[in-house]
Amino acid sequence: MSTLSERETRDAVPHRVGLWHAGVVVSTKTESPTGRSIVLDVPGWGGNIAGQHADLRLTAADGYQAVRSYSIASVSDGDRVELAVDRLPTGEVSPYLVDELRPGDQLELRGPLGGWFVWTPSLPGAVQLIGGGSGIVPLMAMIRSRTASGSDAPFRLLYSVRSPDDAFFRSELDTPTPGLDVTWLYTRVTPEGWGRSPGRITVDDLAESAFPASLSPAVFVCGPTGFVETVARALVALGHDPHKVKTERFGGA
Amino acid sequence: MAVISRGFTGRGRDHTPDLPPGQYLTADFPVLSAGPTPDIDTADWQFSIRTDDATLHTWNWDEIHALPIEDIDTDIHCVTRWSKFGTSWRGVSLDTLFADIETTDGFVMAHCYGGYTTNIPLADLLGGKAWIAFEFDGEPLDPEHGGPARLLVPHLYFWKSAKWIRSLEMMPADQPGFWEQNGYNMYGDPWLEQRYW
Repeated sequence: MSTLSERETRDAVPHRVGLWHAGVVVSTKTESPTGRSIVLDVPGWGGNIAGQHADLRLTAADGYQAVRSYSIASVSDGDRVELAVDRLPTGEVSPYLVDELRPGDQLELRGPLGGWFVWTPSLPGAVQLIGGGSGIVPLMAMIRSRTASGSDAPFRLLYSVRSPDDAFFRSELDTPTPGLDVTWLYTRVTPEGWGRSPGRITVDDLAESAFPASLSPAVFVCGPTGFVETVARALVALGHDPHKVKTERFGGA
Repeated sequence: MAVISRGFTGRGRDHTPDLPPGQYLTADFPVLSAGPTPDIDTADWQFSIRTDDATLHTWNWDEIHALPIEDIDTDIHCVTRWSKFGTSWRGVSLDTLFADIETTDGFVMAHCYGGYTTNIPLADLLGGKAWIAFEFDGEPLDPEHGGPARLLVPHLYFWKSAKWIRSLEMMPADQPGFWEQNGYNMYGDPWLEQRYW
């Protein structure tokens, strides 16, 4: 019996995908030169757990529609939903969300979706989060879920970004939180006097800063495909049980 | 009652009859998977079909390559909304692999190296609709795309085309596989947008 077919998460997952809900933009916040977070009020949404995503639908004046999936940065049992979106230069939807959308604008949301890449405060044990770029979004929801619930589960986050300016949720992550340990990794530009040379995440970074395999942490890895491939392979090489390593990849346009 | 998103114009108005509803075209080959990519040596690889009387039919890497190999040109559609047109694969038809197999069961659970599972009606694997594929674009299939071999069932959403395929197990009734337990549809027809529960 493989743990990949474990059903423990299924019961915890809200299950009402079908309907599109009209939402209104409450606020937007610039997170980086290419990304922003967007808070929506979506009557009838009814909440989501950490790690889930939503389908977002835009309709043009002539009726043309485009749908994309986005991870949810927030956790709630109500109708507020926070997304965070990175602009893909050749994208059709993300440039609109990052550059054009403003408070009062309308769009539609469907979900929440996904019952695998999720964390709830009822899950026991240490949690290792590893994010690359906008892959931080579902991991941020897990951190917020831990804080909101008063969970004392030990959390560690490794967050790899191109430069200090590219970090999403910087001030929130820089606010000390007992039981949450944050390690920053920079691939191109580091802050002044930073100990580690800029570079992509390596097995040494994981050996140094992540929970060891001996602790059997639940591991969540999210980012671009190359990042996730590298990290997941390194974790297995370091002795982590592949069934404890959950991955989600960002791709497409 | 339409909700109009102010200032959104979009750009994908070209009529594309081969694109299922809610999909967009990509030239990339994105990856969807739930965990680490397993390392599988073709020297150890084997593929089996297990029938209702517990008989196991097994092929190793050389044996499956000794069967008739077909070229497959097909569009693929991922539930995460990208579609890719005109992909080219090589592999062995499930019709060939099922030729000597007798079963009264109508459903199949695909099992994979690494533990992934997905359920498919047997009728969707037969009749020139499904293959065990081990080449993509003229090259051995990359591990991150399911190599050394994956199931290829391109008329369903691509999560049904299980990567790192190891065995097919006959079942008398439909049972949910991995993504099917985690929010995705039991059948997954892209033309009916059968994405979720």
